[in-house]
Formats: sequence, C-alpha cells, structure tokens
Amino acid sequence: MKKKLSKTSINGFINYGIVTAAFLILQLMIAQGMLSNTLKSLLVPVCCYIVMAISLNLTVGILGELSLGHAGFMSLGAFSGIVTAMALPEAAPGLRLVAAVLVGSIAGALGGVLVGVPVLRLQGDYLAIVTLAFGEIIRNIIVVLYVGLDEKGLHITTNSAGPTLGEGGVMVIKGPMGAVGVPKLASFAAGFLLVLITLFVVQNLVASRAGRAIMALRDNRIAAESVGIHVTKYKLMAFVISAALAGAAGALFGLNYSSTVSSKFGFNTSILILVFVVLGGLGSIRGSIISAALLYILPEMLRGFEIITKARMLIYAIILIAVMLTINNPALKNLLGERDLSLSGLLGRLKSGGKIKEKGGAGQ
Amino acid sequence: MMNMKRLTACLLAVLMVLAMTACGGNNNASSPASDAGNNGAGTGNDTPAPAGTVTIKVGGIGPLTGDLAQYGTATEWGAQVAVDEINALNGPVRLEFDFQDDTGVAETGVAAYNTLKDWDVDVIYGTTTTAPCVAVASETFADRYFQLTPSASSPDVTANKDNTFQMCFTDPGQGAAAANYMKDNNLGSKIGVIYNNGDAYSAGIAQAFIEKAKELSLEVVATQTFPADTTTDYTVQLNACKDAGADLVFLPIYYTPASLILAQAKQMSYAPTFFGADGMDGMLDMEGFDKSLAEGLMLMTPFNASATDSRTATFVESFKKLSGDVIPNQFAADGYDCMYAIYEACCEIEGIGEMDHSQLCDALIAKFTSGTFKVDGLTGTGMTWLESGEISKAPVVVKVENGAYVNA
Repeated sequence: MKKKLSKTSINGFINYGIVTAAFLILQLMIAQGMLSNTLKSLLVPVCCYIVMAISLNLTVGILGELSLGHAGFMSLGAFSGIVTAMALPEAAPGLRLVAAVLVGSIAGALGGVLVGVPVLRLQGDYLAIVTLAFGEIIRNIIVVLYVGLDEKGLHITTNSAGPTLGEGGVMVIKGPMGAVGVPKLASFAAGFLLVLITLFVVQNLVASRAGRAIMALRDNRIAAESVGIHVTKYKLMAFVISAALAGAAGALFGLNYSSTVSSKFGFNTSILILVFVVLGGLGSIRGSIISAALLYILPEMLRGFEIITKARMLIYAIILIAVMLTINNPALKNLLGERDLSLSGLLGRLKSGGKIKEKGGAGQ
Repeated sequence: MMNMKRLTACLLAVLMVLAMTACGGNNNASSPASDAGNNGAGTGNDTPAPAGTVTIKVGGIGPLTGDLAQYGTATEWGAQVAVDEINALNGPVRLEFDFQDDTGVAETGVAAYNTLKDWDVDVIYGTTTTAPCVAVASETFADRYFQLTPSASSPDVTANKDNTFQMCFTDPGQGAAAANYMKDNNLGSKIGVIYNNGDAYSAGIAQAFIEKAKELSLEVVATQTFPADTTTDYTVQLNACKDAGADLVFLPIYYTPASLILAQAKQMSYAPTFFGADGMDGMLDMEGFDKSLAEGLMLMTPFNASATDSRTATFVESFKKLSGDVIPNQFAADGYDCMYAIYEACCEIEGIGEMDHSQLCDALIAKFTSGTFKVDGLTGTGMTWLESGEISKAPVVVKVENGAYVNA
C-alpha cells in the first residue's frame, strides 16, 4: 500500500520551502551587495518576530486561548540568554549563542509553567488577564534586578547599589539601565535555523495526536473532555511550548543589540505580536510568517518616502486598520466566496486558482 | 462558541485601536512642527554650495514619535537651527542634515542608523535617549562613524568606545554635583528622593546622588520611585517624603512628571525645597503650566532660554520660528551646540574633502580629545572633551523666581 502525504504535511513542507527560499535569496542578495543596510539590520529581528508570531499562534490560533503577555516570555528569554552568553566569555561564539538560546527557551518554559498551571485549569478569558499581568510583572522585576558576574560566579541583588563584585567583575543587568555591553552574537543564519526549528516543533505538534487533542479542545471543550482528553495537560503542553519558543526568540533578540531594556518587552510589544498573528490569520502558520515579516519591515520602509517619513507611524497604524477591516469585511468575503481573507487565505486562493475551498483551522 | 469568537475579535479590535492611537496621538502632536522642520531643511539646502566647500552629511537619531517625542523633536529642531545658521555662513564646510525617528527604542534606533548609513552619512548626531544610544554607539564603534550625542547621558554610552562623545553631563556626574551643591549651600537637613526607576537617566542620577550623599553624610530620609513617566498620581511618594520629614526633595526626573509632583505637593500643602536635574528644564514653558507652582524650584541646567546674551536670543527666536512658538529647552541647546562642535572641528581638519567616514571619525576623535579644541556654545564656554568622551563644562544651578530662572 502506497502511503500518501497528507494535506497538512504538504502544507508543512511548503512552509519550510518558503522560509528556505527566502533565506537563500536574501543570502545571495547580501553576497551581491544588493541589500541595503536597513534591510540587513532587520534580518535578525524579523526572524525573532516570526518565531514570536508562530509561537503565539500556537496559543491563540491552535489552542484558542488569548495571551496578552507573550513579550514577557521574550523578556525572560532575552535576559537569561544575555546572562548565559556573558557567563561564557571563553567559549566559541556559536556555542555561546546556542547555550543562550537553550537557556532562554528553558526560562520561557518555566515562566509558561508558572502561569499556565494555575490559569489553564479555568475556563474563560482568565489566561488573557493573567498573561497581561505576567508581562508587566516580569518587566517590573527586571527593572529592580542587578546582576553581576565575577570569577566567583553570578551575583543577583535588588539593591540599587548593585552587588559587590570581585576584581574584573562585570555588571550584566543594571536594573532600569537594562543589559548593556552585550556582545552581538546573533546572526541571520542563526535566526533562520531558529525559524526552521520553530516550524518543525509547531507543525509536528499540530499534526500529532496531541495536536489534534489541542484543536479538539479549542473547537469544543465539552465534547473533547467527554471522549477522555485531559484538558489541563494538553492546554499546558501547547502553552509551555509556545512560551519556550518565545524565550528562544528573546535570547536571539537580546544578543543582537548591545543594549536591551526591560521596558522594550511591555504591553505594546505583546500586542504588536498579536497583531501579526491576527492579521496573518488565526491558526495559520504561514500567515504568521508572512505577516510578521511584512508588518515588521513596513514601518522601516516607510522611512524611504520623504513626504510621509515624519508621519510614518501614523501611516503604519492606518495600514494595519485598513488590513484588519479588509480581511473582516463581510461584503468582500461574499464577493470572493471566501471565508478567510487573511494573507494565507489569499495566497491559498491564488494557488488553487480562485476555487472556493474549505479551510481547515490549522496546518496551513 | 461563535459568541466567544466574536467577543474575542471585538476585544482584540479595541486593544489594537488603543495601542495604535497611542502612537497616532503623539504623531499628531509633532506633525505641525515637523512640517516647519522640513521647510527649514529645504531653505538650508536650496542655496547652492560655492565651489571648494565640503559637504558633511550629519545624520541625527531620536524619538519623534512615542512617549519621548518632545525630547527628540527638541534635539532635532535645535540642531536644525544651527545647521541653517552654519550653511548661511558660507564657510569651508557645509552640513547636510537628516533626522530619523527611533521611538526611543534600541532596535528602532539601530534600524534608523542603518537607514542613515544607506544615505551615506558621515557623522552621527544622537541618539537623544540613553538606551538606543548605547545600542547605536556599539554599531558606530564597529563601523567607525564619529558619534556625538546631545543628551544621552549614561556613562555606558561612551564606555569602551573611542568614537562616542557627549554634549551633556553624565548621570553620575550630575548626581554627585547635586549632592555637593546641597552640602555646600546647606539646602536642607533631611532629603527625600523621588525618581523614575524605569528610566536609565533618572535612576542613574538618583543612584549616584544617594551614594554621594552618604559619602558627604547628608541624610536621605526617603527614597521613592515610580515606574514610568506616564504615571499621574504621586501622592504616595510625596506622602512618604512628608512623613519622613524631608525638607528638601531631589527630583532627578523629566519635567512632565515633575510638573505633576509640584502640583500635587501644593494640593497636600507640602512645601519643601524641590531640586531638579537638567531634565527639569522646559517645565516653565509647558502649555497650561501654572508657573507659580515652580516658585523656588532649583534645578541644574546648562541653558537658560531667558538669558539676554545675543546668541541665546537669536537662537530662541529662530527656534520659535522653526517649531511654531515652542520655547527651546536644554535638549535643543545641546543639539545646537553639537552642530557647532562638529562644524568647528570639521573646519580645522585638513584634507577633509578626501576622507571617508572612518578617516573622518579618526580625525574628529583626535580633534575632540586634543585638549586644545574648545567650543563656545549656548550651554557653556570653552567646552572640552575627555578621552572617555565625557564633556567638561561647569554645572550651573538656577532658581525659579517670578516665573523665570535666576542664577542661584
């Protein structure tokens, strides 16, 4: 019996293909010197935001729980990753980066467990409220945290005078001043690998038995429970994986800039990522990738136009609202006979030649 | 289930609109003035350059949108006034000026810097705020661009980088100077400190101040913090100072929160001596601010917009023309001085026409650290720079009397 590839796995391979092709094309353009400095500087953060969007999509689109504090997990990952990288000054840059990303994802996962265990037992919008608070709590904790490093090891204190360090000790996190003097270890290749790993984890999870259980919980909790699906276990699984991936993205992000302050990972960043997910299409992984990349680059590209450069953030906001209205416009939907007008839906329609197609919630 | 989805969608829409209007609102506030900025740039660039002059492209970075937009626009306009003046001089060097928005965030700052690199920038002016400045400075250090910041005052900005210079005092320097001044002038026996612990500038000054106060055996009886400049209620912090019996309250914060603190202190009839740092400059010219609240306020500022010398008067007038009647504060004055420092240094460099940005960077570093290179500006006379990139100029303490600064 010949085994046919399922639609989900074909879709998965298309996603790997898109990301790899984009990476190769961009590498070629860098080699040819065709890419502007602006775009080059955006490559690593774009990778980070793609990972953030895919991982948030796992919580919001696939698990169906609203999370408003995704940047909090990014923050955990960023600062723990920075401390890890600074603690290994002797190691090779690649090793430092891998260690930082690993520690970052563990920190994110721990944060996910901490928030998830009590909250995911409840029904309703509690996760949204708690994650919102969690993001703010993390931000405020890091603001009073002073972390120093000397030959004896790590010193952590909340005293604003900072820890007393031995000779040759360095301060890694200086409370409100954030982490400064961070080595720039992140690279586009590392970002690309992280996106691939994220895709691999999320797509395989979605296609697995656990993934079907998670989606069943989203679609009808009572029915899912009645066939014996352990609600808290599967909810927690999706949420913790999502937090771990956000932590990894945070670590990569933190190691791309020489200074990182905790106020960066506030409510606005969480909402920004949620906007990427919603405009890309809830549950659509490809949509998340495309919208995160486009919408992150958009405000920087708006600098290029002399007349609108002063009002670029205003124009950015208007474009977001316009996209939101367009993809939710019932008249347009009827006209095109399409239920999903998000970016991935549009792409899917282009692919299938405008045919009306039934859209599954996930796996795109 | 359908209802749930609809509810979530509505909630999301509301959140998004809220998040976006926050940006949009600030944008509106800055737009009339930025038009003026564009016009200024236009008039500056329209006059053709005489033969033999060298054009130096100066790229500025600072927040033009977001919570910190008022400081970014002040540094932009201040520099623009200087650029227009310099280009009207028809000297050996002309400046071409472009200013990019960084929203006060490190990642956007780096993106803005790269946009300027695409514009073939020669010298980086900025960034206005500390956090993006540290990130941008490490990039300019690696790429070899000369960088002069008007107002990013943390020592981290210049640490381990030979190419970054400051026009403002460093935060620890200012905190220590404030403590010294209080000790020398016996301003108060019990001191309260209220600062923004979410802000590098504020926390930097406060921490250095507390340390120095301990060394000078000044009695700090209350240390209170607030998390962001958008905080509107300071009664808890003020009550703590009042209960501790503080007769002198040090406010190393920006003028927006400080104006609220002064108003709320008056409401609770708590009247200690308030002492501020340079971020306090600009309060008197805030729209709708009752100047009587600031009576007796002392602050350390290098710039006084009501000074009567002709250079300040001309600057204030040109600035008001450019900004639509906004009175310049010390951010603007520092920006103005930055442009003159860059201009005067460039004029003294031989063979500047053939230099690329890294040669220019080295030449400017040599000039700034030579010790003989002195700049007279609005914020000080005979200003020189240390090897570390720190400026050395005298701190000035002023007191508000009858709604204007007088030297204390």
